Amino acid sequence: MGTTYYHALTFRDDICIGCSHCMMVCPTEAIRVKDGKAQMMDDHCIDCGACYKVCPVGAIVVEQDDFSCIEKFEHKVALVPALFTGQFPNNITRDEILQSIYDIGFDDVYEIEYSVDFLSEQYLEYFKDEDHEKPFISTFCPAVIRLIQVKFPTLIHNLMRIKAPLDFTAMYAKKSLIDKGLDADSIGVFYISPCAAKFVAIKSPIGEEKSVIDGVLNMNFVFNKSFKAIKSGVSKDRDDFHKALSKNAINWSLTGGETNNFPNVRSLAIDGINNVVEFLELLEDDEIEGVEFLEMRACDEGCAGGILCPGNRFLTVEKLKNRADFCQKKIENTGKTPAKKLRSYDDYLIQNAGVGKINARSIVKLADEVAEAMSKMKRMFEINGALPQVDCGICGAPSCQSFAEDIVRNKADIVQCIFVQKILEQNEKIDSKKSVEVMKSIWGDKKLDKNSLREELKDII
Amino acid sequence: MMEFNFKIESGDFTNAGSISSSVKRALKQLNVDGSVIKRTVVALYESEVNVVAHSHGGEVVVNIFDDCIKINITDSGPGIPDIEKAMTQGFSTASPEVREMGFGAGMGLPNIKNNTDDFDLKSEMGVGTVLKFVNYFKA
Ligand SMILES: Nc1ncnc2c1ncn2[C@@H]1O[C@H](COP(=O)(O)OP(=O)(O)OP(=O)(O)O)[C@@H](O)[C@H]1O
Ligand code: SF4
Ligand SMILES: [Mg+2]
Repeated sequence: MGTTYYHALTFRDDICIGCSHCMMVCPTEAIRVKDGKAQMMDDHCIDCGACYKVCPVGAIVVEQDDFSCIEKFEHKVALVPALFTGQFPNNITRDEILQSIYDIGFDDVYEIEYSVDFLSEQYLEYFKDEDHEKPFISTFCPAVIRLIQVKFPTLIHNLMRIKAPLDFTAMYAKKSLIDKGLDADSIGVFYISPCAAKFVAIKSPIGEEKSVIDGVLNMNFVFNKSFKAIKSGVSKDRDDFHKALSKNAINWSLTGGETNNFPNVRSLAIDGINNVVEFLELLEDDEIEGVEFLEMRACDEGCAGGILCPGNRFLTVEKLKNRADFCQKKIENTGKTPAKKLRSYDDYLIQNAGVGKINARSIVKLADEVAEAMSKMKRMFEINGALPQVDCGICGAPSCQSFAEDIVRNKADIVQCIFVQKILEQNEKIDSKKSVEVMKSIWGDKKLDKNSLREELKDII
Repeated sequence: MMEFNFKIESGDFTNAGSISSSVKRALKQLNVDGSVIKRTVVALYESEVNVVAHSHGGEVVVNIFDDCIKINITDSGPGIPDIEKAMTQGFSTASPEVREMGFGAGMGLPNIKNNTDDFDLKSEMGVGTVLKFVNYFKA
């Protein structure tokens, strides 16, 4: 109560045309239309980005840190997801891409998946612990964590309380530099993010005081900078082969990237937020038997489908898979262990691997006390039973059901339903002036301005 | 108090679980403790499957009070000849077809008992079986 939740997604009222597309696709029904603009319900939003994908006018923006903030640090480290290399045309090499990150101002560059071989071992340890509830649900995708917090509170104990590759690579990068004699305060670690969810996970971490990441930059923004640097010719003298990744590491963020690490553990990989919701319902209904590990990602094709990825997700997957196979051969031929340097920090990373308690914060409950919730529920059933079940969204809510819920939560008025308005008008309980007023309060004055509409209709009639 | 009524068709495995799913949704909205919801869902789901798999069909009456949920599952036969035996872990008369669908381990009834606070199973051959259970919201 009174808590505010941090979000990376914001709606720009000056651009929003109040079309309600976002409202209709939101998996947590977090959006309503009011005064002609989309409005986000702060406690419902999980930053999955479903709304961003469908907005026809670009009114939804993803927050990021200002690029100049890297200048606050003497030693600047960039952490780049491996799939960043899958965003560029085929004729640009991984070396050139990573080199371009140095060229735009960073002193050190790591691919995030550098810690994956370490992490997959930690997963196996985690699976072994009898205290942990099965099936274990991966906490790699922050949108999935938040989805479970708000909509599936009974599954909260299935969430794996272990950090993500990003955290481990960041911890390693920082610690190894400190060990080289650098001052901790002089090191800035920056994450190049494919999505809004990761941004929120860093700025407002769950089960953790503060993230080790000092700033977040959006991938599409960095892509433009890098591409420009590559076009004007990168300096090609760096040998970063010691930072090469294994096949499993490169594929980690793609669908199946986690489950592939555990051939002996019965696992499923589920991508796409609606698929995740569907499966979590089944899991909650106790209809899933014997599955031990669940990889769940909000985006189609995993992070390759992240909203800030400039490339097409299917092409990204193809490129990464090719790169993974190529790297695996190279590693086999040279006999070198990938990410060897990080492995000398295993003890340090294990000490810091855990995540604190993850709390449920249900958006489903109608009230805290059963008795009060029950009287609201009775009313809600009655209202919903009377509504036409068209789910047209004219009331400013995504479905008749959610509208009925809004009413019992005192967030909406029954007269907002267009069918209710027509019936009340017929029965002379309200006049047309009143019904236009109600419509204006939802869709804004402009869409119901009688002069401009008449102008529009003149030619047609 | 709130009452919900459902019907269960014999042999309709595709819909088994839909009742427990609806009840789950209601309990979540009522802010009932997660572990109680889990126990109730397990017990109700197993009961649903039993009526689908072993009976001629039946009905479920769910009553939700401020402090507990009471569920009665009644079917129209054939009845359970030996309840004590049926309650034994691993005992099952499930047909090969039912086993094919992944049921028939003989774990359902013991599981229902484990996941409920009050449990009462009565059956009369040729008439039907009545299973009643209660789960309390606070320990
Ligand atoms: N409603 C019922 N009507 C008639 N017989 C029943 C009924 N419920 C259970 N039984 C009998 O009791 C036996 C044991 O039931 P139980 O639910 O424990 O196991 P199961 O249904 O056979 O297998 P599982 O539940 O593990 O899939 C059943 O095999 C069946 O013979
Ligand atoms: S799947 Fe990946 S890109 Fe998409 S929200 Fe989750 S972490 Fe972000
Ligand atoms: Mg059974």
